[in-house]
Amino acid sequence: MEFKNRDIISINDFSKADLLHIIKVAKSMERPNPSLLKGKILATLFFEPSTRTKLSFIYAMESLGGQALGFDNAAMSSIEKGESLWDTAKIVENYCDLMVIRHPEEGSARLCAEASNKPVINAGDGANQHPTQTLLDIYTIQKVKGSLNNLHVGMVGDLRYGRTVHSLTNAMSHFNPTFYFIAPQALQIPQSYLDELNEKKIKYVLESDLQKVSKKLDILYVTRIQKERFPDPVEYQKYKGYYKLDTKLLENVKDDMKILHPLPRVDEMDRSLDQTKHAAYFEQAANGVPVRRALLALVLGKVR
Amino acid sequence: MKKELNISAIEEGTVIDHIPSDATFKVADILDLKNTKGIISVAANLSSKIMGKKGIIKIEGKYLTQEEADKIAIIAPEATVNMIKDYEVTKKSKVSLPKTLNRIIKCSNPICITNKEKENTLFYVLGKFPLKVKCHYCERQMGRDDIVIV
Repeated sequence: MEFKNRDIISINDFSKADLLHIIKVAKSMERPNPSLLKGKILATLFFEPSTRTKLSFIYAMESLGGQALGFDNAAMSSIEKGESLWDTAKIVENYCDLMVIRHPEEGSARLCAEASNKPVINAGDGANQHPTQTLLDIYTIQKVKGSLNNLHVGMVGDLRYGRTVHSLTNAMSHFNPTFYFIAPQALQIPQSYLDELNEKKIKYVLESDLQKVSKKLDILYVTRIQKERFPDPVEYQKYKGYYKLDTKLLENVKDDMKILHPLPRVDEMDRSLDQTKHAAYFEQAANGVPVRRALLALVLGKVR
Repeated sequence: MKKELNISAIEEGTVIDHIPSDATFKVADILDLKNTKGIISVAANLSSKIMGKKGIIKIEGKYLTQEEADKIAIIAPEATVNMIKDYEVTKKSKVSLPKTLNRIIKCSNPICITNKEKENTLFYVLGKFPLKVKCHYCERQMGRDDIVIV
C-alpha cells in the first residue's frame, strides 16, 4: 500500500485495507514526532470559508514541524480575475509540497489533483465529498467502540443532502454494518445509495421515528438540516427543527451507544446530552487532528 | 392498390436500424447531418416485429466515427449499424457502450466543476439496461433521462 504522492479526494477511492491503515497511522499520530514534516509546506486553498477545517489542517501541519500558507477568500485570489481553477492549481504547486482545497463546486478537488503534480487533499467540494471528515468519523467509531465490524449504525437528520452521511455510509459498508436511516421521507437517503447497499447485501432500515429504532443502535450519527444545501427556502422551513434530540432519547438506548455529530450543531441536539456518557462528538472533532496529521505524513512519504 | 413510400437503397454509406422510434431525431442530431452532401433518409414510426415501432436513418457517403457510434449507443442502445458498399451490407454491428464516456455527455449537476469551468467531461458506465453513468468529477449518477450529449 503506497500513500506517497497520493491524492485524497473521495472516500470511494479507498479500499478497506487503506481505511484500516490510515486508522493505524492516525493512532500513532496522537503523540507525533514534532519535527516529522520540518521544511514541508502546505498550501490551503479555501474558496469558501470553513474556519474549523482550515485551522485543523494548519494545526496538524504545524504540530509536525511543517508550515502552512494560503488564502480563505476567493475574492483575494486570481480566480476573481477570471483565472481557471486548473491554472490556479498549476501556479500554487510551485509554492508548496502539498495542497488542501475547499471549493463550492463539485469535482473541483479532483480537477485540481489532475492539474497539480503535488498531492491534493479535498477539504470539501460542495455537497460531494469531504473525505477527511469521514476518516475522522470512522477513526472515532473505532476508538469508542473498539471495532468497526458488525455495528448497528443509525443516521438521523438530512440524509438527502448531507454529504457526511453519504460518505460514512460508503466507508462503513466495508465492515458489515446494519444501517438505520432516520429521516422524513423528503430528506431520506438517495436511492442510488440504497441500490449500492442492496448490491453489497448490506442490511438497512428506513424509518422516520428515531424512538422506534434507538434501542438497537451502537452508533447514532446526527446531522444538521443544512440551510445552504436546500434549493428551496420553503422546503427548509418545513424541516428545520424536525429532530430535537435531548436526554429523553436515552431512555431506551444501549448502555454503550455513542452519539456522533460532524458539527456545527444548531438546534438538533440539546446541550443536556453533552455531559452524558453517550456524547462522543467533541472527541470526534478533536480526532480530526491525528487523522489529518496521518494523511499529511502519509502523502508526503514521511510515514508508510 | 396499397401505396407505399420507399426509402431508397444507398450505394455507399451507413444505415442505422433498430433505433427506438422516439429517439430517431436525437440520433439524427448527434450525426450533425447538415454538412452531409449525400442523400439522407430519416424514417420514424416504422412497424417492427421486435420493437413495435422503430426508426431508420440512411446516410449516403458517410461512415460513423467511433465517437458517433458511442453517442448513438447512449440513446439507442439496441441500434444496429450497417456499412454499405456497392449497395451491399459489408459490415453489420450493434452499437455498444464503452466503459467510459470521454467528452461525450454533459453532467446534469449544475454545480459540477465541468459545467462551471467548461472542463472536459468523463463518465463511468455503471449499468447499460437501464443506463446508469457516474461523473468522474462530482460523482453524481445519472440515468438516460438526465443525459445531454455534448
